[in-house]
Amino acid sequence: MTNGWIDIGNSDVILAMGGNPAENHPCGFKWVMEARKNRGARLVCVDPRFNRTAAVSDCFVQIRAGTDIAFLGGLINYTLSHGLYHEEYVRLFTNGPFLVKEGFSFKDGLFSGYNPITNTYDKTSWQYEQDARGYVKQDTTMQDPGCVFQLLKRHYERYTPEVVSQITGASVKDFLKTAEIVCSTGTPDKAGTIMYALGWTHHSFAVQIIRAAAILQLLLGNIGRPGGGLNALRGHSNIQGGTDHGMAYDKLPGYLKIPPVSHQDLKDHLRENTPRALTPTSMNYWENYPEFFVSFLKCMFGSHANKENDFCYHYLPKIERDYSWVNLFDDMYQGKLEGMLCFGMNPVANGPHSNKMIAALSRLKWLVVAECFETETAQFWKAPGIDPTTVNTEVFLLPAANFAEKDGSFTNSARWAQWKWKALDPPGEARADQEILSSIFQRVCKLYQQGGGTLPEPILHLNWPYSNPANPSLEEIAKEINGRAVADLKDEKGEVILKKGQQLSSFAQLRDDGSTACGNWIYCGSFTEEGNMMMRRGLRDPSGLGMFPGWTWSWPANRRIMYNRASCDAQGRPWDPTRAAIQWDGEKWVGDTPDYRPESPPEAGLGAFLMLPEGVGKLFAPDFAEGPFPEHYEPVESPVKNILHPMVSPNPLAKTFKSDMDRYGSPEEYPVVCTTYRLTEHFHYWTKHITVNSELQPEFFVEIPEGLAEELGIKNQQMVRVTSARGSVQGKALVTRRIRPMAVDGRRVWQIGIPIHWGFAGRVTGPLANLLTPTALDPNCSTPEYKGFLVKVERV
Amino acid sequence: MPLELKALSATNYPTRGIRETPRVCKLIDVSTCIGCKACEVACQEWNDTPVAETYPYTGSYQTMPDLAHNFWNLIKFREAERDGNLHWTMAKYQCMHCEDPGCLRACPAPGAIVQYTNGIVDFVQENCIGCQFCIMGCPFNVPKLSPRSQKVYKCTLCSDRVAVGLEPACIKACPTGCLQFGTKRQMLERALKRVKQLRAQGFSQASVYNPPGVSGTHAIYVLPFGNRPEDYGLPRDPSVPWVVSLWKGPMKTVGSALLLGGVLAAGLHYLKFGPQRVERKD
Repeated sequence: MTNGWIDIGNSDVILAMGGNPAENHPCGFKWVMEARKNRGARLVCVDPRFNRTAAVSDCFVQIRAGTDIAFLGGLINYTLSHGLYHEEYVRLFTNGPFLVKEGFSFKDGLFSGYNPITNTYDKTSWQYEQDARGYVKQDTTMQDPGCVFQLLKRHYERYTPEVVSQITGASVKDFLKTAEIVCSTGTPDKAGTIMYALGWTHHSFAVQIIRAAAILQLLLGNIGRPGGGLNALRGHSNIQGGTDHGMAYDKLPGYLKIPPVSHQDLKDHLRENTPRALTPTSMNYWENYPEFFVSFLKCMFGSHANKENDFCYHYLPKIERDYSWVNLFDDMYQGKLEGMLCFGMNPVANGPHSNKMIAALSRLKWLVVAECFETETAQFWKAPGIDPTTVNTEVFLLPAANFAEKDGSFTNSARWAQWKWKALDPPGEARADQEILSSIFQRVCKLYQQGGGTLPEPILHLNWPYSNPANPSLEEIAKEINGRAVADLKDEKGEVILKKGQQLSSFAQLRDDGSTACGNWIYCGSFTEEGNMMMRRGLRDPSGLGMFPGWTWSWPANRRIMYNRASCDAQGRPWDPTRAAIQWDGEKWVGDTPDYRPESPPEAGLGAFLMLPEGVGKLFAPDFAEGPFPEHYEPVESPVKNILHPMVSPNPLAKTFKSDMDRYGSPEEYPVVCTTYRLTEHFHYWTKHITVNSELQPEFFVEIPEGLAEELGIKNQQMVRVTSARGSVQGKALVTRRIRPMAVDGRRVWQIGIPIHWGFAGRVTGPLANLLTPTALDPNCSTPEYKGFLVKVERV
Repeated sequence: MPLELKALSATNYPTRGIRETPRVCKLIDVSTCIGCKACEVACQEWNDTPVAETYPYTGSYQTMPDLAHNFWNLIKFREAERDGNLHWTMAKYQCMHCEDPGCLRACPAPGAIVQYTNGIVDFVQENCIGCQFCIMGCPFNVPKLSPRSQKVYKCTLCSDRVAVGLEPACIKACPTGCLQFGTKRQMLERALKRVKQLRAQGFSQASVYNPPGVSGTHAIYVLPFGNRPEDYGLPRDPSVPWVVSLWKGPMKTVGSALLLGGVLAAGLHYLKFGPQRVERKD
C-alpha cells in the first residue's frame, strides 16, 4: 500500500478492482464502510463476478477475466480526452513533460526494439532525450509531440468506450458510468483510491495492470494524498514482511538486488545499481545503494566482511536466469534437483498445474516439509491417482509452530511492522521455524567443518551472533535487521553520533565503509536504542486522519503515506486543507514523516518522488519487460484474438513452458473462461483442517451463470465436471445470476468461477482448483496466470 | 446491568424491582453487511454449540438452510432483482427478542422461557418440557428443537455477557460496524440516522425494521429496501399467531371463567341442595 488501511476512510471514490476486499479483507473493508458512511464516498467494483464487494457497492461492472488493462486504458483515455486530469499535479510531479527519444514507437502490438528471436526488447529507444549534462530535456507545456504526456495520449486514444466494451464484455453504458465516478477525482478537493489484490497479480501481464492503475492515479493527482494512493491488499498476515525481506528469488532484503553473474565484483554490482540523477532537482535516493548493500553484507558476514575482501561480496550466489518457484518446479520435473526444503508453502495446492507439481516432487530424492498440518505437499505421494509404491521420494514432515505459537512481527499491507506475542506453546514436538532452521544450519556447519567441501566460507563465515545459536530469539533478529554501528559513527563535524554497538535510528546513518551493519535498510529505525518500536501502541492521532504515528512502526522511517510531498502544491500547501498529510510551515515540512528532505523549501523544487532518478512519478517507465506503457494483451489462453492487434494477441513476453505436461488449450475445445478466487470463510488451504470453517463452506463448488447452466442442462447442486488442457475437477454447481453472459468482440462468452480452498488433505476434502491452471508467467515477476484461462464444463 | 426478571412462562409475573434497567438492543445495518460470517463463528465459539458432524452444502453461500438448535445466528444470502438491477443481500438472522414474545406466551412450562427487564428473552432448558409450543408461537420461526435432548434452543442475546457488561459475541466480532449494540433508544436513533443517509444516497425506501406486531423487538434492522423485508428473509408484518393469542388471551379468560363458573355452580348447588345423600338400600 502506498497509503494504509485507515486512510481508505479518507477517500471520496474507492475503486475495488483486481481484488474483492469485502470477501478477502473483511476487517480492512471497514474503512470502506467508514468512508461511505462518514464522507458519502462512492464504491465502484469491477470484477468478473458480482461478488461480496459488489453486493455493497454503488456501481458494479462485470468484465471478462484478464481484460483489466483494456478497462484501465479506457479510464486513462477518458481522463485525458475529457480533460479530467489534475494538470498542475501532472506537470509538477510526473514525467509528463519529459521528452522521449525519437526512435520510440508502438505499432501492431509491439514497441520499438522488439527482437523476435530472443523474444525480448532492446530498450535503448525507450529512453529520454538528454542534454549534455545527462539531464532529461523537458517541455513544461507538455505540448511537444515527443513528450511523455502526448505519447501517453496517443497510446491510449485507441481505448475508446466501444473498444473497451468489445474487449472486456462490459457494456459501453456501464463503462461510462464507472468512468464518470472514477475519473471525478482529478480535482484538488477530491481524492480517490484503488484497492487491488491477486485479481491483478495473477496474470501473464500482471505488473502492467498495476502500472496502468498507477498511471491513472498519477493523472488524477491521487498518489501521495490522504484518501488516495494505489493500495495492494496483501493476503497473508505477513506476506508484506516476507516481500520486504527478500523472499523473491531475485531480491535481497530491502529490495536490494541479487547479483547476476555479470557482476563479478562488488564495484560492478554497485555501479550497475547506483542510478544517476536524471534531473537537477532529483534527490535520487537509490544513490545510497552502496550504503544499503555494504551494510547488508556487514550484517551477513560480520567481522569477516571488510573493505579488502569486498565485504565478502563473492560469497553471494550470482544468478544467470529466472529461479522463481514455477521455474524451479520445472527444473525439478526435468530431474535437475535432488531435494527441497519447504517452509510455509504448499506448492501442490498453490499450483499452478498441481499434477505437474506432484510429478516434479516425485522426481526428488528427498523432501522436507515444515508445517503445522500434513499438507497436500507433505502427502503428495498419496494424492488421488498416485500409487505410493511408484514414488521414491523420501518425505520428512517436521511439525512446525504456527503464528500464534511464536512471537515476532507481522508487517501488514499498510507497511506497519507490528510486534506480536506468543499466545501458547507449540504442541507436542512442534518447533518454531527459526529453531528448525538453526538446527539445520548448525548441522550443515558441522559437516563442512568435519569434511570440508567446495567453498565452505559462505556458510562457515555467516554471522550468527545470537545468545542461543540453536534457537535465536526473534527479538535479537529484529535488532539485527534494524542494524547497529560497528564502529563509532561521526557526523560531518566529527562529533560522535552513535557509539560502537549502538542501534541505528535511521537509514540515513548507513555507511558504505563497513562501519554499519543492517539486515534490511528499510526496517532501519524499527528497533533503536529507545527499544522495539514495533511494540509501541500509542493512540495519539494529531493528523485526525488516522495516521497514529506512535502505533507500532511503519517502513520507511515510520512514514504512513508514501510520496506525501505530492499531497501539496508547488508552494507546499496541501491540495486539500481538510486532508493535510504534510505541509511547509516556513521552515520545515510538518505532519506525517515527510517523504522528502525535511528542510528543503518548496521553492527549491526538489522532486517529490525521491527514490527515482527522475524525481517524479513515471507515466512512462522503461523499467518493465514488455513496454514503457501498459498495453492490453489477451491471457495465454483466451476465447478471442486481441482485437487491437490480432497478430500479437497474448503478451509476447509471457513465459510458458515446453515439457510434455505443459499444455495450453484452444477456445474451440475449451470455450469457457474460468477464474479462481478465495472465499471469506477459508484461509488458503489451511482452514479446511479446522472444524468451524469447514462447516461454513463445506464443499468444493463451481459457480456457473444461470444461462450457461440452462444451456448445459445443469441444475443447482448437480455434479459438474470442469476440464482444462491440464486437468479436470468435479464438484457441485452453484448456479447463479451473479455471473452474466458477455458479448466479447461480437461473440457471446461465458465465464465461470472456482474457489481454491479444497484439496485432498484436511477435515473436508475436494479437488484442487489448481489442477486446471496454466503454467504461464508474467515476464517481470514470474507470477502464474491463475485467473482467466480456458475450460469446458459438462454435466456429470 | 444485572439480569432482572420481567416475565416467566406459565407463571404469575414476579414483582419487579425498583431499579431502572436500560433496555438493550442489537442493531443490524444490512446496508453494511458483507456476509463474512464472523458473527456465525463468534456465536458458535462463545456458546460452545456443537458443530454439525456432517457438512451439508446448501447450493449457495449460506451456511445452512435455516437456523438450527446448534446454530443460532445465520446470515441469509439472497439474489434478488429490483428495478432491473441485481442485488445480493446478506442479512443476519437470529432471535428478535420481541417485546411481546410469542414463544413465552405460548409456553406452558413454568419458567422455561423468561423475559428480563432489559428485554432479553431467554430459554431455560432445565424447565423445558419439549412441547414445541414456543416454535408455534414464534412469528419469526426461530426456536429449534434438539433431536437429542428434546429441548428447544435459540440465541440468548448473550445474556451471560450482557449481564456482566459485555456486548454480545456477534457484535464483538463484526468487522464492518454492521452490528451494533446499546440501549434501544440509542440504537433507534442510530438506525434512523442511517436511514436518512441511505435515503439521501438514493435508497428512497430505506427504513427501520422494528415490527409493531410484536410491540417492537430488541434486534432491529436498517433495511435499504424497507418496503421489501422478505428480500432479507424477514416477515413483512409479524405478530403473535392468533392461535396463541386466542389460547393465551380470550380463551384463557373464557377457560378461567368456565372453570370459575363450574366451581361457583357447584357451590350454589351445594348451598341449595346440600350434599348428595345416598339412600341406604337394604
